[in-house]
Amino acid sequence: MKKAVIQLETLTCPSCAQKIESGVKSLEGVVKESVSVLFNASKVKLNFDDSRLSAEEIEKTIRTFGYEIIKSQVKDL
Amino acid sequence: MQQWVLNQKKYITLTGGLLIAAAFLSDWWIGNAALAERALIAASVLGVAPIAIQAFQALKVKVVSIDVLVTIAVLGAFLIREYEESAIVTFLFLFGAYLEMRTLNRTRAAIKNLTEMAPESALKQMSDGAFRETSIEEVDIGDVLLVKTGAKIPVDGTVTAGEGYVNEASITGESMPSAKWPGANVFAGTMLENGTLQVTAARVGEDTTFGKIIELVEEAQDSKSEAERFIDRFSKKYTPMVLVMAVAVGFFFRRVDLAITILVLGCPGALVIGVPVSNVAGIGNGARHGILLKGSEVIRNFSRADTFVFDKTGTLTAGNPRVTDVQLYTDEPENVFHYLAGVERESDHPLAKAIIEYLGVSDHCPVESTDVVKGAGILAIAGGHRIAVGNVALMKREGIPLTGNIQDDILRFEHKGNTLVLVSVDGELCMLMGIRDPVRPDVKEHLQRLRSLNVKNLIILSGDNQGTVDIVGREIGSVEAHGNMLPEDKAQYISRLRQQGRIVAFVGDGVNDSPSLAQADIGIAMGNGTDTAIETSDVVLMNSDLGHLPHALGLAKAITRNMKQNIVIAVGVVIFLLANVFLSEWMNMSVGMLVHEMSILVVIFNGMRLLHYRLR
Repeated sequence: MKKAVIQLETLTCPSCAQKIESGVKSLEGVVKESVSVLFNASKVKLNFDDSRLSAEEIEKTIRTFGYEIIKSQVKDL
Repeated sequence: MQQWVLNQKKYITLTGGLLIAAAFLSDWWIGNAALAERALIAASVLGVAPIAIQAFQALKVKVVSIDVLVTIAVLGAFLIREYEESAIVTFLFLFGAYLEMRTLNRTRAAIKNLTEMAPESALKQMSDGAFRETSIEEVDIGDVLLVKTGAKIPVDGTVTAGEGYVNEASITGESMPSAKWPGANVFAGTMLENGTLQVTAARVGEDTTFGKIIELVEEAQDSKSEAERFIDRFSKKYTPMVLVMAVAVGFFFRRVDLAITILVLGCPGALVIGVPVSNVAGIGNGARHGILLKGSEVIRNFSRADTFVFDKTGTLTAGNPRVTDVQLYTDEPENVFHYLAGVERESDHPLAKAIIEYLGVSDHCPVESTDVVKGAGILAIAGGHRIAVGNVALMKREGIPLTGNIQDDILRFEHKGNTLVLVSVDGELCMLMGIRDPVRPDVKEHLQRLRSLNVKNLIILSGDNQGTVDIVGREIGSVEAHGNMLPEDKAQYISRLRQQGRIVAFVGDGVNDSPSLAQADIGIAMGNGTDTAIETSDVVLMNSDLGHLPHALGLAKAITRNMKQNIVIAVGVVIFLLANVFLSEWMNMSVGMLVHEMSILVVIFNGMRLLHYRLR
């Protein structure tokens, strides 16, 4: 299991946060309860199973929603 | 392609605006309605593109966002050839979003400034012994780092070489630089004002005290109270409801224009942004004043607190005893100080430390022999003289005469709450000192300001004896003061207060009051760089300054008020608009969108006022 902290470009609408949250939660291998999108800090925090999903795939999903990723950190849990 | 369109939003908005202006000009001045119509169609198509993309992305993850409502409304307007409406609505929506972003960034600036203080690079010792600049992510525990004058300390760690002065204001709030030498602890995010240090990393990145503070503030600004979670759940269901309502109205009245108007008017814009804006601006204001408020629920509870319970030592007082009163009975005080410094520097008793601090760095007389009398003081031979340092009982045992005016002085000193230390040289009393842990300056005024913020009960709890606690209570004009209390007694006392229906805030130094911090409705810690205090409490006063407590309470009340105002504005606007669809003639999509975007800006500006909040 790994924990990812992804810094996004500034989020401006709360519904963006909602969108990203549902989008990331729908990925196979993401621990659903661990997903939190910090609207004001413009950060996504989540735990995921790295045998089923790579951090790159998560980042790609977020990018397809139209949000740029500024920095992403992955740590072992 | 989608990405590209979204990135061009600013230019799309601008072009849309210009096209609309051109359309009106050609219609009014040239009288060319066909040209105007084409310009409006172009503006609509251009403007709806980014909105439709966002709507599509939202629908893919089963979210009915505002974008979805607006896209359908614009398409509907297009269908019934209301190009003017569709063009203006898309423009207002995009322009509103742009202004929203600009203003929102300002409300977040206070916290952003804080997070940007986090160190980003470090000079790390490589395997060849040389120091090279690396990014902070590549620093591990145990690495040796070099910190030069003017640089930020990149990690929490221990000084292994060098000396210097460090400004620790970002952690402790103390603006006086603190001297560091090998063996001393340093904190990430503090500034080396002069000197050069080598530091061995003990904690890095998010694990450092500074990292924890940042994480806490970030989590706090996004944490939600019960009421906000309700609004969130509500708005998730609300947008689909608006969609259903619009369709129903459209069918019932057989009017597409009415249906699409309802879609636009029903947008929950100000409602979803209003509360987070108050939160982030308020927490930002706190962070700038050294007050960490841990989120929205905390703010709400704190704003209702009517009872403040204070720990005495380290909270109302500085926590270390000082020599506060001195009376001399000799013509040669220098000699007495000389002997006294010699005797006291051998001891690590708290009172001895206070005396050494009082004497300053004077030279001292070598001591030939010392004899500690338990619970009474020290007997010593120094410079060939017999010195006794201790309490009244020790002087009596030594047979030292205490005359009438000395007795008076003793009573006077005791009455102020002092612990007495007397000094005699060769059987004659030379000096009387009163030592106590003095109350911090201005505590009385700060408590008075709390009272004027509707705090009804102020209570002191302390482990010290009742006499000492009473004296402190009298000095600061407090109401209740209870002594002889163990940490668990304090926690029990607080739980009894809560059972009586009071909302209790407990203020402690966070070192040994964790049970009370946890038991109270609101635990407030004086955090002087201790991360236990930061973790166990709800509110942290970073620079251990009680003066920030009234500001913190006033701020919490202001944030709560601000949130309520924003909710009223947001709900009021939606009700007003929807009512006017049926009650008035002038309501249409464009006006609805304009009012919506304006209401969003109003709640953001209202929230922004919190950035400048000051307690009057």
